[in-house]
Amino acid sequence: MKRIDAIEAVAREGTGSLIICNLGYPARELFHVADRAENFYMLGSMGLASSIGLGLALACKDKRVIAIDGDGSILMNLGSLSTIASQEPDNYLLVVMDNGVYGSTGCQPSAASGKTNLSEVAKAAGIGNVREASSARELRDYARKMRAGVLVVKVEVGNADVPLIDLEPNEILERFTRAARASRSS
Amino acid sequence: MIDEMNRGTTEVYTGLKRIGVDMVASLPCVNLRELLTLIDSDKGIKHVPISREEEGIGICAGAFMGGMKPAILMQNSGLGNSINALASLDLLYGIPVLMILSHRGVEGEEVSAQVPMGNLTGPFLRAMGIPTYRPIIGKAADAIREGWERAIAEHTPVAILLDISFWRSV
Repeated sequence: MKRIDAIEAVAREGTGSLIICNLGYPARELFHVADRAENFYMLGSMGLASSIGLGLALACKDKRVIAIDGDGSILMNLGSLSTIASQEPDNYLLVVMDNGVYGSTGCQPSAASGKTNLSEVAKAAGIGNVREASSARELRDYARKMRAGVLVVKVEVGNADVPLIDLEPNEILERFTRAARASRSS
Repeated sequence: MIDEMNRGTTEVYTGLKRIGVDMVASLPCVNLRELLTLIDSDKGIKHVPISREEEGIGICAGAFMGGMKPAILMQNSGLGNSINALASLDLLYGIPVLMILSHRGVEGEEVSAQVPMGNLTGPFLRAMGIPTYRPIIGKAADAIREGWERAIAEHTPVAILLDISFWRSV
């Protein structure tokens, strides 16, 4: 499964959800296949997708929040899994796109690519609902059904040939904040 | 319970409640221990103990986008762990956050290891252009209000630096 197809599937199953997307090519791919106000595209702060998503989920309890993270990024912030487990949000799905490499910088292997099993790491951190998807069908199924937990998605190495995000940071923030808060008060 | 608290704790707690802070991400410092106990037992504040300060910057950003009024409580050493997040998340997008920092490594410090970061805290904040308040005892609640108003008006993180003498005030 190509990552862009996995991202598109998550976006489609997450139509009613708020989405935080990891920086670099993943954000560009999401912007290309399914741009909308309910997407927050990270442009920096690598490692914090899961944390931004958690804060958002705690604020917007009536809405499902999805964070699209990567194996290299979650490695930078593994403590976040314990924080998520301790808070137990019932509206927060963390999706880890696992291709074993730092895709946006030339596909160097991540330290998790050899011996680490990220699903087991998430379980050991105390996340109750952890699933792994290796096929498009499994991914669609889990992305539809899982309201909370961690979903590790095995994807191929490689980036789609997609343009840069044509939005200023403050535009991304303003339209996303408006969409998120509208969902909160409704 | 609040009668037993030291003055600094009471003032910061009052300041946070007055502006309506409803989420706190925290990593402990010994000077924050009473404040953290108060916050943890306050049903009006969602308390999120974190594993690393940078994580808290992300959580506060998400909570702010979702409409909450978050603050992060930490030791100044945590500023060092948060610099990239403050720059490439908060400063880049213009996301406000209120940072309550116990400032160690300054006058009265007993742990020498705290001194280097203690000395660098002010220069780091200045270099990043983060508005910084260093209230003395009696002025902290006002500094918190002013700091938060500025964070919102200028779309920026702000730091409330509370040194060792502040926490020892009786």
